[in-house]
Order: sequence, then structure tokens, then C-alpha cells
Amino acid sequence: MDLNFTEEQKAFRAEVRGFLQEKLPQRLSDKVRLGQRLTKEDYEEWHAILNEKGWLAGNWPKEHGGAGWNAVERHIFEEETTAASAPRIVPFGLAMLGPVLQKFGSKEQQQYWLPRILDGSDWWCQGYSEPGAGSDLASVKTTAERDGDHYVVNGQKTWTTLGQYANMIFCLVRTSKEGKPQEGISFLLIDMDDPGITVRPIVLIDGEPEVNEVFFDNVRVPASNLVGEENKGWTYAKYLLTHERTNIAGVGFANAGLANLKRIAKLEQSGGRPLIEDPLFAAQIAEVEIALMAMATTNLRVVSAAAAGQAPGAESSMLKVKGTVIRQEINALTKVAVGPYAMPFVSETLEAGTNEGPVGPDYAMAATPHYLNNRKLSIYGGSNEVQKTIIAKAILEL
Amino acid sequence: MNFQLTEERQMLQDGLRRYLGDAVTPEALKAAESTGFSPEVWAGLSEMGVAGALFTEEQGGFGGLGFDLMTVFEELGRAGAPDPMLEVLLAGGIIAALGSESQQALVEQAVEGGVQLAFAHNEPSSRYDIDRIETRAERSGEGWSLTGRKSVVVNGAQADHVVVSVRTSGAPGEREGISLFLMPKGTDGVEIRDYPLSQGGHAAEMVFDGATLPADALLGEDGAAYDAIETAQARATAALCADALGAMETARALTGDYLKTRKQFGQPIGKFQALQHRAADMLIEIEQARSAVINLCGHLEADRDTREIHVSATKHLVGKVARLVAEEAIQMHGGIGMTEEYELGRFARRLSMLDQRFGDATWHLGRFVRLRAA
Repeated sequence: MDLNFTEEQKAFRAEVRGFLQEKLPQRLSDKVRLGQRLTKEDYEEWHAILNEKGWLAGNWPKEHGGAGWNAVERHIFEEETTAASAPRIVPFGLAMLGPVLQKFGSKEQQQYWLPRILDGSDWWCQGYSEPGAGSDLASVKTTAERDGDHYVVNGQKTWTTLGQYANMIFCLVRTSKEGKPQEGISFLLIDMDDPGITVRPIVLIDGEPEVNEVFFDNVRVPASNLVGEENKGWTYAKYLLTHERTNIAGVGFANAGLANLKRIAKLEQSGGRPLIEDPLFAAQIAEVEIALMAMATTNLRVVSAAAAGQAPGAESSMLKVKGTVIRQEINALTKVAVGPYAMPFVSETLEAGTNEGPVGPDYAMAATPHYLNNRKLSIYGGSNEVQKTIIAKAILEL
Repeated sequence: MNFQLTEERQMLQDGLRRYLGDAVTPEALKAAESTGFSPEVWAGLSEMGVAGALFTEEQGGFGGLGFDLMTVFEELGRAGAPDPMLEVLLAGGIIAALGSESQQALVEQAVEGGVQLAFAHNEPSSRYDIDRIETRAERSGEGWSLTGRKSVVVNGAQADHVVVSVRTSGAPGEREGISLFLMPKGTDGVEIRDYPLSQGGHAAEMVFDGATLPADALLGEDGAAYDAIETAQARATAALCADALGAMETARALTGDYLKTRKQFGQPIGKFQALQHRAADMLIEIEQARSAVINLCGHLEADRDTREIHVSATKHLVGKVARLVAEEAIQMHGGIGMTEEYELGRFARRLSMLDQRFGDATWHLGRFVRLRAA
């Protein structure tokens, strides 16, 4: 047992930190720090900076243009980028589709699509959930019927994050109604500009149209856009979900959120003293900090096992549950910490560069939107209840 | 970064798990009732040289680091072993840190195994504060005379030697002025009331009414014992948390087996999602506790402030989780979980008393806040 990073890992951390100091535009880190909205161009700018360094796809092997980092190196990168308030890397192409194409895609698909993810030619979104298929993902109903060299797709996807920016969507579609629901699903790549596709934004309780509904009406998709084999899509989908879950503990986000909470609690006054000196509030911060200290070590245990080649099992489900609950608690305490200035709902103040200044202190304006928006954490990526069922089944073998 | 046990610790863990799995029988537990420990298990642990893992090579042992403690005490907890090993760590650690050459002989005896030790520190009004010592020692002729009362001294009546903390100057609540004495069994002027503990083991109330000790019974410098006590208690806290972790693993295993085999409404009760989610919550929290114990054991050799922040963080978290595991394991079992006969009971009792030693979850939460603010 050794909780210290190796000299090589420390050197890597220093390299990442130096790179961020030099290359992360202040304009972007200011926005992230204040919780302001990032535009499509903001994300693309940051992606391009990372891609130039060869660091955009940390999880991809070098042969596909990735950085080829192991789990520990990816963890260090995530810690440093979140601590520096860098924009997050949009995961759909890089963290989700990329690994699926590398594992199950044809040579042609890899050669065509992977470079386009790296250089930003394509913005991908995820076509998994449907109105009738949330946690029960295998019950997807969107159909794809073969017609010559094409599939004809009909149906609806929903909760499509940042679908408004995307030109491509990877979808789970039903190609067979035979057998178990899992057996008739295929994995299809669809151009969002194809005739018959309609995107309708869904405004969430934080006032943001972060997610969308995507409708398919006789959309013709080239059969060459099928990934792997027909009716084997469930296997690929599950593979993708394991990748989605490995980083889902969100230790970096939690650390950044906790630091922000403490900063706010020092600036806010209660009873004529800094809020952080209120013993009851300080105890609530301490409780979540202690939980985070332990969770971060659980995460390192899983990361370290993954770097040694072990596949994550029920641990990633445990991390998903614990990590999301901790982040939600930090969001809730932050909302409490800012006090009455959590109430103003002036959406424009979250746009950088507008004339609309914050109503109260600048650190207060994102507290409520973040609190509301992050209710999603325990719902998406397999709800926490689904994760608990997975954990119990793995242990009880029932 | 590495979360694997070294080969030596792996061997120690395997050996201990095998031995204790065989040795901690209902008969051994029964035998432990009258004195608090099983003579047979204690002799077996001595034979294996387990206490050597609690001390460094310099002190005559072969371990002494945080992860050595974790390895040993997790196994003792897993088996629910009736033994006073924690007192050897606590009192032996103080003697090793402060003892004169002749006093160090006790550490050698502890490493060789068999010697019984105790640390008489807490007092009726000290609760969990290390510095709230009222028992006084005053110079009397060549030696010292002790007056005061020590409460819930684990293994106090059984110990061949008791390390006693006293105030030789200053007032309760001050760090300066605390001194330590090494008191052999049978010292005159000491009234001892021995009694069993809920978690197993025995403790004693010790009343000193002019108990006299020779000058060479002083352990370390007069009035300067606080740091050594805090350090020893940090290490004992880590060990106690590792013990609780082991006990939680057993409670988890018993509960898992029960959910698989107990049938109601025509199926194993583990098929019911209400119970599956309770079981999953318990597992998630046990992993948190494991990480917290790793964090503390990995920082026992760090600077004082870092170490103590981890002491309070870990004792808080493990205290909370121990309560959850004890209560949830009983709940998922139903009535059988509350019976003296079924094995879960003694583990639930062991876990439920974790809070009562070295500070409870709330007390350590407050301490964590103060340490962080300092």
C-alpha cells in the first residue's frame, strides 16, 4: 500500500499544470469558475487547444490519435483540469463513441470517423433514451428497417444532451422484434442533417435547453453506418455505458465544487461573522468533505486497479451512487450558502459579455441553476436505483 | 500509488485469517467471558508473533507502520477475536516512544507475546478530551503519590503493567503538565472494579488513593507526555477503525448469505428490491469506510496536523458507517439478527461500541472542523 504518486506521475501532473497555465484561455476559465454558459464555440476552442497537444482523447490508444494514458494518468489530467476551471471535454464523441468504434467498428469506420471526432468536424450526440425507455434502455422502440443499401429509421429519442449543437447522432435502434428485447437492437450512426429529422429543445428547471427531443420520420441512413453486427447493439451499448461510468465519480468536479463552497462560506456573513464560522454550517461542509476524502480514495483504488488491467465491476456502480450524492450535496450547500441571492432568476446574467450584471455577488448567480441542473446526476447514466440493483445482484448472485 | 498489500503483509493476513477462523470458536468466546480474553487465542497470537507487526524494527518488531496495523486489526475484527491486542498497541506504543532502557524491556516482552498491558487515561469527566486530566501525582519522598480516578480502563484488571496518565502541574484542559507512570499489577493504594464490556473484553474503574510509585516509574519527562499520548491514540484509533472494518465485512457476509437463503413469500428475500437497495447502500458505505481507514493508515506517519485531520475524518466516517452496518444488518435479518445465539449479534455489539472509544462520530466532526480552521 502506498498512497503517494510515483515520480513519473508527479512529473506528468506538473506537465499538465504547466500546460494549463500557458494554454487555458482566461476567458474560458473565468466562465467556468463563475458557472456561466459555455457556447459551442467555447467548447470547440478548448478541444482544438487540447487536440493540438495530442491530449484531447486521453483514453484513446495512440494508434487512433489518442494520448494513450492509463487510468491513473487520466485521473491526474481530470484533477488538474477541473482544479484549473477548464471547460469539460464534451464526452459524446470522445469518451463514448470513440471507444465503441475502436472496439467494434470496421476499419473504414475507424479511419473515417475517429479523425473527425478529434479535429471537431463532427459534434456527436447520444441517441439512447426514449420516452418509453429510460432506465429500462432495452425497451427502445425506434425502428430501423432495411431497404436496399439503407435503413429507414422511424421513432423518437429524448434527453439528447447538446443535440442542438450536433451534426451526428449515434442511436440504439430496433432491427428485430424477435427474442428478448436486448437481442433486436442495433447501433447506428445518423447524420442530423438528413431529411426527416426534427430537433425540439427541452427547457429544464434551470431555464436551460440543455437537452432535446429528436424525431425520426422515414430517415434514410446508409447501411454502412451500422456499427458491428445487426442486432448486437446491446453489447456495444453496455460497453459504452461502462466507459460512461468509469469517470462518473466526478472527483474533480466535487473538489472544485467544495473549494467554491468554502470560498463562498468565507465571504458570506451570518450573525455578523463569516458563515464558515457557524458551527452547524461548518459541520455540514465537514461532513461532505470527509465523505469526499473517502470517495476520492475509493476512486483511486478503482483507477489503480484499472491501470493494472482489471475490469471495473460493481465498484463503478458504487462510485456512481456515492459520487453523485456527494456532488448534489455540495450543490445544495452552495445554494444555502449564498442565501437570498440564490433567488434572482435572471438567465441573461449567465451569458458572458452581456450588459446584464449579476444581481448580487457574482459567485451567487450560478448556485441555483447548478443545484437544479445537477439533480440529473442521480438520474442519468443508469439511475442510482438501477446502480443499486446492479450492486446487489453482483454481490448476492441472485 | 498502489493499493496492494506487500507480500509480507499478505502472508500475515492469510495466516491470521486462517488461524482466527479456526481458533475463535464458541468455546473460546465462552472462555473469554470471565476475564475478557481467551487464554488460548492470546497464546496462539503470541506464538504467531503477531504483536511484532505493531512495532518497528528499531523497537524490536517487524512492522509498526499504518498498513501493518490495518492488516492485523482488520483480521481481528473480522473474526471478532476476544483479545487485548489494541491495548498492547496503545500502552506498548507509549512505552516504546518514551520508556527508559529498562522500561523498554516491556516492549520486548510485548513483541515476544503474552504480556498484558493497559492504558489508564480517561476519567469520568474527561469524556474524549486527551488533555482533561484531573488525577494528580505529587512527589512523596523519593517517589510519587497518585490520587484520582480512571474510568473504563480496558483490560485494566488483567494487565501486568498499566500506563497511567496524571497531572503533575497545570489544570485540566492544558496540554502541559501531563505525565505518565508505569504501574505494575498489584500496586498498593489502587482500588479496581473489573467488569465486562458490551463489545467483549473487560474494563476496570481504577481509583487511586495515595497509591505510591517509585521515582523510576515515571515514563518520559515530567509534564511533557501529551504528544506521545496523542500519537499513540492516533495509531490506536486507526487500529480500532480497521477492527471495525473487519467486523463490518463479516456482518456484510452474514447478511448476504442470509438474503440468499432465507425464503419468504416463496422466494429468497434477496430477490426483493427493498432489501437489495438496503444491501447496496450498506456495501457502498463499507467501501467508504475502507477508503477512510486506508486514508488514516496512509497518513499515520505524516506531520501532526495532517495525521490528526485524518484521525478525525476517519473516526467520524467509520463511526457513522459502523452504526449503519450494525443496524441495517440486524434489520435485514429480522428477529434472528437480534438473538444472542446467532453470530451477527456479537459483531453488531462490537460495531455499536466503536463510537464510545477515542471519540464518537459527532465529536470528531467538530474536531475536524476546528483542525481544518486552524
